Amino acid sequence: MELLCPAGNLASLKAAFRAGADAVYLGLKDDTNARSFAGLNFTPEQIKQATKLAHSQGRKVFLTLNTFPKPGEESRWYQAIDLAANIGMDALITADISLLDYANRRYPHLPLHLSVQASATNLASLDFYQQAFNIERAVLPRVLSIKQVKDLAKNSSVDLEVFAFGSLCIMAEGRCHLSSYVTGQSPNTGGSCSPAKHVRWQEQGDKCLTRLNEVLIDTSGVDQQLGYPVVCKGRYIAEDQTQASYLLESPTSLNTLSLLPQLASAGIKSLKIEGRQRSPAYVEQVTRVWREAIDSFLTHPESFTEQARWNQVLAKVSEGQVTTLGAYERQWQ
Amino acid sequence: MKISLAPVSYCWDKANMEHFYQQAAKSQVDTIYLGETVCSRRRLLKFNDYLELAAMLKAHGKQVVLSTMALIEAQSELTELKKYVDNGEFSIEANDMAGVQVAKQANLPFICGPTINNYNRTSLDLLHSMGMRRFVMPYELSKAWLNQVINHPNKPNFEVEVMGHGFIPLAHSARCFTAKHFGLNKDNCETICQQHPKGILAQTQEQQDLLRLNGIQTQSAANIDLTQELMVMLQMGVDYFRVSPSSIDCLDVVNSLASKLAVSTDDALMQSSLSSANSQACNGYWFGEAGLQQV
Repeated sequence: MELLCPAGNLASLKAAFRAGADAVYLGLKDDTNARSFAGLNFTPEQIKQATKLAHSQGRKVFLTLNTFPKPGEESRWYQAIDLAANIGMDALITADISLLDYANRRYPHLPLHLSVQASATNLASLDFYQQAFNIERAVLPRVLSIKQVKDLAKNSSVDLEVFAFGSLCIMAEGRCHLSSYVTGQSPNTGGSCSPAKHVRWQEQGDKCLTRLNEVLIDTSGVDQQLGYPVVCKGRYIAEDQTQASYLLESPTSLNTLSLLPQLASAGIKSLKIEGRQRSPAYVEQVTRVWREAIDSFLTHPESFTEQARWNQVLAKVSEGQVTTLGAYERQWQ
Repeated sequence: MKISLAPVSYCWDKANMEHFYQQAAKSQVDTIYLGETVCSRRRLLKFNDYLELAAMLKAHGKQVVLSTMALIEAQSELTELKKYVDNGEFSIEANDMAGVQVAKQANLPFICGPTINNYNRTSLDLLHSMGMRRFVMPYELSKAWLNQVINHPNKPNFEVEVMGHGFIPLAHSARCFTAKHFGLNKDNCETICQQHPKGILAQTQEQQDLLRLNGIQTQSAANIDLTQELMVMLQMGVDYFRVSPSSIDCLDVVNSLASKLAVSTDDALMQSSLSSANSQACNGYWFGEAGLQQV
């Protein structure tokens, strides 16, 4: 079972490997990936360095190319594929079928991982991508229950990767327009959900107003710790109520430590940690916990128990310091 | 250009649904998409009920397309999807890649719905080579995007449909927000969404209408209204102007648009918009802005 960790820069990549990651995923410094934030990501030269470093330590590095090419600007995406193939990166994570087709035709030896942004949640969809583009692996969206994940794993024609820890996207990924409805930019088109330039925190007396493109997402106390504002985690007033509440989801992170034995026995190939936008310290702490947990499970699968301190460390770096099993747990749905 | 009706995205009971489609049969709409696209737990109308409606609409001279689910998770949902594809008579709208796969395997043509991620011409041409004969532009894309895609490198061999009127489906989740709102969970939801034929309106804490909760689907609170762009779309070569039903009143919009197209004089086409009186209008996506904006 692979531990796959985020790298927003070279420091995070080193931290991930130091703490025991088997592989990292990273993106270029442009809108070809959905964490297109200022100061984040890699130049082509840095990607070459990163790949060399990873391979010298026997680790893997995947290129995240998970946005959708804009008409007339496709070359940026194609060049990224050429880069990944030419420097011998270990896989390409992508969702758009024109890119899957390009990579499959030109570089049949470059393993293709279907990005979560392709929103493949069932066998027929997985078969589609496998048959048409020979994908080797798919990343499952965070909309499936653990039972559904197990059912898919039993019959899937490709390896499966799941999100193990990090920010919780509650919508079928790659098909959510909430960000673009409010800001004009979505992960698919603009390279991020809730682009930072549209976020504004406004103090008003003892309150802090969180705005996204001037739309009020939430109101909180000035001392309250705030998560990154996204539309699905705001407080709104339903037509039959007078008080605002979290109608979709509250600020919380996904933590699947308790599901580790089930994910392993289902044959899940890779556990993904979310957070290319987070600090090297976050990457190191989270990776270390998951490395320890996976090793502990592999050594004594029968007697595996989650340790309280693991969850304490993870809760500390979680949104609102709260974690959930999200859709894996049927009750949540 | 023709007018089409999107599948009803809400959970209307059988009597209301039948009444709606009986009226639609008498309307000037050309093409009607129907079927449950949001949640497989909604069982007020079953596959055979939709087939009966489809037959009735066909008898009234309508083109009928069976729409399929946008989010397919369970094996039972795949089985249902196959039933739709194998109906033997009507073509289908695929709203998940599973629909594309099942139609492709059956060697049947299909229409790509708005929740299939089509963001460039190469992807569209690929899907066309697999049997796609029409696509509905993803909601968040714009007039400029469409112009680029249908003119470069040449006119496409597939048809183009644009959602021009109605509330916009923005996202789908595993979680049912309507059930959550009433303290229920999805497995014991009592089909509570049928009590909200237009979804549940959600406002910001500054009373700005923002979202509409429709089961596992989140919609825009504002009504997209591109009726003033009818002429522009006609000139661009858009084949279908899609109206998404939120009540029977949408048939007035359909009839009015169809009449304008029939007259087809510039004056008639440039007349004022037809937005429903009681909900705010938006057209931002079409003009390359935030979706909720009215440009």
